[in-house]
Amino acid sequence: MIAWIDHRLPIFSYIEKEYHTFPTPRNFNYFWNFGAIATVMLVLMIATGVVLATNYTPHVLMAFDSVERIDRDVPQGWLIRDLHMNGASFFFIAVYIHIFRGMYYGSYKAPRELLWILGVVIFLLMMATAFMGYVLPWGQMSFWGATVITNLFSAIPVVGDAIVTWLWGGFAVDNPTLNRFFALHYLLPFIIVAVVALHVVALHIHGSNNPTGIDPKGPQDTVPFHPYYTMKDGFGVVVFLIVYAGFVFFAPDYMGHPDNYIPADPLVTPAHIVPEWYFLPFYAILRAIPDKLGGVLAMFGAIAVLFVLPWLDTSRVRSATFRPIYKWFMMLLVVDVVILGFCGANPPEGFWVPLSQLATLYYFFHFLILLPVLGKIERPLPLPPSIADAVLKKKAV
Amino acid sequence: MRKLLVTGAIALAALATGAVAIAAGTTEPPPQRKWHFQGPFGTYDRAAAQRGYQVYHDVCAACHSLQLLAYRNLMELGLTENQVKDLIKDITVPDLNDDGQPVDRPARLSDRFKKPFPNQAAAAAANNGKAPPDLSVIVKARTDGPNYLHGLLTGYVPYDKLTPEQIKEFAVTKDDNFNKYFPGHKIAMAPPLADDKVAYTDGTKSTLDQQSSDVVEFLAWASEPHMEDRKRTGVRVILFLLALAGFMYAVKRMVWSDKH
Repeated sequence: MIAWIDHRLPIFSYIEKEYHTFPTPRNFNYFWNFGAIATVMLVLMIATGVVLATNYTPHVLMAFDSVERIDRDVPQGWLIRDLHMNGASFFFIAVYIHIFRGMYYGSYKAPRELLWILGVVIFLLMMATAFMGYVLPWGQMSFWGATVITNLFSAIPVVGDAIVTWLWGGFAVDNPTLNRFFALHYLLPFIIVAVVALHVVALHIHGSNNPTGIDPKGPQDTVPFHPYYTMKDGFGVVVFLIVYAGFVFFAPDYMGHPDNYIPADPLVTPAHIVPEWYFLPFYAILRAIPDKLGGVLAMFGAIAVLFVLPWLDTSRVRSATFRPIYKWFMMLLVVDVVILGFCGANPPEGFWVPLSQLATLYYFFHFLILLPVLGKIERPLPLPPSIADAVLKKKAV
Repeated sequence: MRKLLVTGAIALAALATGAVAIAAGTTEPPPQRKWHFQGPFGTYDRAAAQRGYQVYHDVCAACHSLQLLAYRNLMELGLTENQVKDLIKDITVPDLNDDGQPVDRPARLSDRFKKPFPNQAAAAAANNGKAPPDLSVIVKARTDGPNYLHGLLTGYVPYDKLTPEQIKEFAVTKDDNFNKYFPGHKIAMAPPLADDKVAYTDGTKSTLDQQSSDVVEFLAWASEPHMEDRKRTGVRVILFLLALAGFMYAVKRMVWSDKH
């Protein structure tokens, strides 16, 4: 029976080839778990999201109460909602760590440039999806977040205002806006799934990068994906889920903003409009530039540089382990992004303004100036002859 | 393991940025007190919440709606069906009769809490142009909700107790209500609670602090009636995941034993 199907539609031999015998570098550390973790979170978000959608009402007069009804009256509705709400944050945590790993170990370098670019596309789609999802409960932050972010497009010269009206489906954020955001919030995750599929296809052409950044040279450098990495990923996923469950069950509103429990009111502006935490670094970059169009360009530029990262980094060595200077600058970039996050969370006044400008400047300096130059001047440490060699040497120490 | 810690540190840093987003404001923070529902195993104090319902019913309900709750929900506070029916026996709610004409009929368990005003416009008109907020999720809708509400309800300062600097800085007049914890200090709501304002049926001494903490307990429950279920489920889920992680780790070690 399996042979009959496989002869016509080779799904079994595909799974065998790509997820069982697939040769995978033997030296992954736990950072390599986060691709699997992100996949689990994506599936979890779609599963809980579909259930929520069956109970949600996308209407400005009923959306807030329908979310509360899910919380109060739908059997286990609170659980599904808390999983979804915190799932977004934990999806971003997994993806941010995944991106960090890619940057630290140079996973974006040849021949994995398209793999990296597809990853950035997924990240962009996630941001759009998360933003529209946050609008759906129609609380104060939903409404005002939607107003602020859609208004960014008005910075575009000449056609800006027309674009904003088109996005809103009217002359203000209102019921048509909520309806289209709901439709798109339901659509985009499936597009993410499609891009993830491409991401995985691209990954399986040349195989995974690894902590040494050197290519496997033979069977002694690799292990079959199953059972070695199915087990290791499985363990990592469960550990991640423990932390996630800690928030879902014991601090479900910790990462949300209290104002979003106030029903949307177009006549009352909240004291500070802040996006969800995972957007804060980009929000800080947006506000760091005193000019509206400049701010919007800087914010989108912050993501655009990621697309060309494979060509900005001129070093031929992938892993930061063997790049004594880059290693520290990579850590500094992490610190910089965290500082930007704090800047985004605080009102743009006092020392936060120059600090966010400085941090923004450094962000672009890292990608546009430091990386191209560093690749030329840095003297990398000697690379080990093979992965197996590196593993055995490490064990001897 | 060390790398796991590093990963954890990054995640924590990300979370810390979230915490900062919540901590904003200029008024002094309300005093912190220990609530019965706090902590991973905290539960609602049923007696306090029942008294809190009485405070809501006797005082707050004159202006504030609680529209997400139905009378049947009161049974979750440990009251029997008959006790709740007894509580609502004098309440009438607007409805349509069989001829489609508006009538008032006795409230049923399935009815939502009766609103003090027929609509938002009427609520605003009766309160100097601004409708009093609904209290259904008020505890979740304020930073440090329980402490803030308790601080607010007990934090009124009479005009003659204000310092000249306060009067000057916040332009307070004799007709204003000054509250220590309200952002901007001038609040439209007159002090709602006072010693002996509510006659408790269970013999508890009716102080301002008691009424306030009781009504906060009740409103915390109203904001999240399923909290105890959430925490109970969480303990089971985490214990299960910890055990599963242990097994997974053991199997992983076994699988990898020939490679290490």
